Amino acid sequence: MTTKLFGTKVNRVEDQRFLRGRGRYVDDVLPGPTLHAAVLRSPHAHARIRAIDVDAVLDIEGVHAVWTYDDLTGAMAEPLPLLIPHPTLTHGRTQYALAKDEVNYVGEAIAFVVAEDRYVAEDALSAIVVDYEFLPPVVGIAAARAATNLVHDDVPGNVGARMEQENGDARAAIAAAPHTLTLDLDIERSACMPMEGRGTVARWDPDSARLQVWTSTQTSTGVRAAVAAKLGLDLGQVDVITPDVGGGFGVKINHPWPEELLVPLAARTLGRPVKFTEDRREHFISSAHERAQVQHIEVGYDDEGRILGLDVEFWHDHGAYTPYGLIVPIITSTQLLGPYKPANYRVVFESLYTNTVMVTPYRGAGRPQGCYAMERTMDAIAKDLGKDRTEVRAVNFIQPDEFPYEHGLVFQDGRPLTYDSGDYPASLEKIKKLVGWDEFEQFRAEMAAEGRRVGIGLACYVEGTGVGPYEGAHVHIETSGKVKVATGLTTQGQGHATAFAQIVADELGVRFEDVEVVTGDTRRMPYAVGTFASRAAVMSGSAIHLAAKRAKEKALRIAADALEASVEDLELAEGKVTVRGTDTSIDLGTVAVLSNPLRYAFDEASKAATQFSVGDPGKPPVAEDDEPGLEGKDFYSPERSTFASGMHAVIVETDPLTAEIRILKYAVVHDCGHLINPMIVEGQIHGGVAQGVGGALYERMAYDESGQLLNASFMDFLMPYASEVPESIDIDHLETPSPLNPLGIKGAGEAGVIPSAAVFAAAIEDAEGFPITAMPISPSELFALRKRHAPVVEEVAQRPSRNSSVEEPRDEASRNHPTRSTDR
Amino acid sequence: MKPAPFAYVRPGTLEEALEALAADPGAKVLAGGQSLVPLLSMRLAAPSRLVDINGLPDLDRVRTDADGVRLGALARHADVLADADAGRVQPLLPLALANVAHATIRNRGTTVGSLVHADAAAEMPVVLRLLGGSVDVASVRGRRTIAADDLFAGPLESTLDHDEIAVEAFFPALAAGAGVGFEEIARRHGDYALCGVAALVERDGDRVTVARAGYLSVCDVPTVVDLTPALDDGLDDATLDAAADLALDALEPADDIHATADYRAQLARVLTARVLRAAYDHAGSRRAA
Repeated sequence: MTTKLFGTKVNRVEDQRFLRGRGRYVDDVLPGPTLHAAVLRSPHAHARIRAIDVDAVLDIEGVHAVWTYDDLTGAMAEPLPLLIPHPTLTHGRTQYALAKDEVNYVGEAIAFVVAEDRYVAEDALSAIVVDYEFLPPVVGIAAARAATNLVHDDVPGNVGARMEQENGDARAAIAAAPHTLTLDLDIERSACMPMEGRGTVARWDPDSARLQVWTSTQTSTGVRAAVAAKLGLDLGQVDVITPDVGGGFGVKINHPWPEELLVPLAARTLGRPVKFTEDRREHFISSAHERAQVQHIEVGYDDEGRILGLDVEFWHDHGAYTPYGLIVPIITSTQLLGPYKPANYRVVFESLYTNTVMVTPYRGAGRPQGCYAMERTMDAIAKDLGKDRTEVRAVNFIQPDEFPYEHGLVFQDGRPLTYDSGDYPASLEKIKKLVGWDEFEQFRAEMAAEGRRVGIGLACYVEGTGVGPYEGAHVHIETSGKVKVATGLTTQGQGHATAFAQIVADELGVRFEDVEVVTGDTRRMPYAVGTFASRAAVMSGSAIHLAAKRAKEKALRIAADALEASVEDLELAEGKVTVRGTDTSIDLGTVAVLSNPLRYAFDEASKAATQFSVGDPGKPPVAEDDEPGLEGKDFYSPERSTFASGMHAVIVETDPLTAEIRILKYAVVHDCGHLINPMIVEGQIHGGVAQGVGGALYERMAYDESGQLLNASFMDFLMPYASEVPESIDIDHLETPSPLNPLGIKGAGEAGVIPSAAVFAAAIEDAEGFPITAMPISPSELFALRKRHAPVVEEVAQRPSRNSSVEEPRDEASRNHPTRSTDR
Repeated sequence: MKPAPFAYVRPGTLEEALEALAADPGAKVLAGGQSLVPLLSMRLAAPSRLVDINGLPDLDRVRTDADGVRLGALARHADVLADADAGRVQPLLPLALANVAHATIRNRGTTVGSLVHADAAAEMPVVLRLLGGSVDVASVRGRRTIAADDLFAGPLESTLDHDEIAVEAFFPALAAGAGVGFEEIARRHGDYALCGVAALVERDGDRVTVARAGYLSVCDVPTVVDLTPALDDGLDDATLDAAADLALDALEPADDIHATADYRAQLARVLTARVLRAAYDHAGSRRAA
């Protein structure tokens, strides 16, 4: 491809609008006099609903409707869909749009009020009286496993699914290995926290019997299908439009949320537009969380650290319901392998119910947990053998000549886990250089001389990106020569209007400014999947490329006819088709005029077109196999995912007195194949690293034993500020193209967040000299760990903390002495 | 997150404001709103009436003379922080104010409002107490001055009566030969501190004649401890440690989701030593200058 813009740092066309406050989000949509909805949410983690009294609400002026489960009929009275069933998800459960008989987490929707404004709607909520019978809550993985109490009466052991995959015979290999060790690891909950929460606006047009829905989603087509099915409408009666979305990070791929159904239902029932805008507290307690797992790892290896057998067992907390199936733990169990090729691998997980907010994918989607398990294992092996941590990794790498590499496992898309391309040894060399790995011991000594304590960590990951099944695109060249592009997946800040325009401008030889991209509007592209799993660039980028090629082919065919030249002699550049080596050319806009036999001379392009004669006067104006208009439409559907990869390294300083953790250097080597726009890719990395810093050092969901979320606000949920993330991130790219798509690209959206827990645990462990096995970690927890590991315990810690405290009873395999190694 | 219904008045004179407040036992005063408005939005507070004092004349003044700094009820944290005269006469003001939340909150939040909100995790109440300042309050019944030591009744509870408005706070000037220090440690920049310490040291040569420290987030009310006895033998690692021991006897750090009591005690220990040393050095530098 002759490219000009592909691979260059084109400024994002979106930024002027966003930075000047001109973004248009769902809450900005006002289709006429609009009513406002609010939701009564359960204050209890586990309770039976005996009765709901809404009588007092009816007296409140300005209330238009108050609904509970009993007001729902037909499909709306059925449980919400389980989007992605799996044979091992033997006990999948989903909630109702409004709770039926029982609530299973604090925040579960119980009643829905529509009123003149949100103030009145919230007044009405406080007038609803619910009679609860309390049930014992199940909070945390330990309580779920103990199964003293059950979340759902009909789910024994709180186990939603048990899944096992094995390649080879891991247990036998471990039994025969010269060295073995075990680790027990713990990782806590966090959540997506987009700046814009969930939100939905709907308008019903009774004259045309059509519903228009604006919703803050990662899949407009998915919401459209759900709304149509639940409201008993045909797809053709429902338009779903996704305006600007203020971040998704995964939480908005789960759908339909109760409000995404209740708002359209209310709009149709009440005959007025209805809006719901989630507030931040609601986002904490009713939108999805992720991450929490407990992991047990057994590994056998040789003298070089080569893994002979890896046996991983983990317990995944999926909260109260499983609308998104097993995607997160399946990804953990498969992507755990990273760039390595253990000779034998077995993984078993249980996906467990708890009386907490449900778990669906959050940027990284199970990979951060898998990376944490694998990379902590690599560090433990290196420590046991007294080897450099990079050497142990290097001997386990899949080599560049081994691609495509088959792991002998089944991936999240139900297809074999096969890596398409990569060069892990090259990445390792780059990251070592970038972070100064080989010079670090000297740096450590210099810092120690000043009384300062530093540590370095490294973590590697491989990320399956661009999952199918398909994405499509429509490219329309207008008679003005401008190009309108539509693709059906949504945009929640990724810069699609820029990156996709780069692809089109290159393919069609038009100015970048003349390309306009629309995403997430089912009126423009009714078949689409969505923006998640780092798939937009790979899937829609490829589809747009293919669609632009089709438009180009047609343009050249028409131009060849008009210019009486052969297609092979034509080139498309600067908005014109030119006979190569001559001055003979025709504007692309004029070609667009020629493509349509209905040719009123409205404009200059049409007048110009009259000088050209196209087509055979003896045949129909539009040939049998042709269409009017200069358009191209195509779909891209790859046989399998493409695997991006990368390595992060961090140098931290831990304060000897206050246990504060400071980031001195953060380095990233990133390989997502060919880069469409390096600035956007680096922006994705920056954002991912920032989110990863949050997940590793600041954020957690602090549930108490009764299932109350104690930190459901940004005051106590410590999402990092700009002041907490590294001022600069050193980035180096490797470009190993994917053979699976025409542009050689791989996804880049999630990579930045994947290695965070692993890399920070490694660096802090390196600084402190004792194992770090529970993440995230706070200064307070690090301080407690120091006391626990101090050679002489000076004073007894007063209260147990999660990571450790001195009087907490533990056996040798507990979290703070996780590594038991044996040598034969 | 929308407040429950409330009545709203925005009087043009202090007298009207005091009458409005006295007339409604459920009324609350709105100044900067940085604590009150979130409480309203989360429906954790539901006053029947807000008496907005932002329209009152002259209350936004910062007046500084040799005795000290007087802040009107509408002086924003940012105004005080930017006031060079105030910072010169009482250097602890800017030292502490720079730690009050974030710039956007300081632009709107008032220092006097923070004092009477009486949050033991806030910076300015403990600064007022450390410096021996006071607050002037007014009501339809008249005016009175409340000394800082008498201002804090309990967690988030001041000794103002319901019908009283704090109209002015007084922070005494820093005496010659005295120095101050302030440091806090928060999980994130601008957050409520896990622990914060303000110190005031007076010297006679190398001898410490007065050493007092004020603590935030490690006690239920803003707490000031006299550490002079620990520094009788001068100021070194051992005496600073003894000073921290003395302070910890008076403090009650507690566990929460961000830190254990044990860790907070450690921070109090570390920060006590740091700010006492800083205040000692500050006193020395002022004397030299």
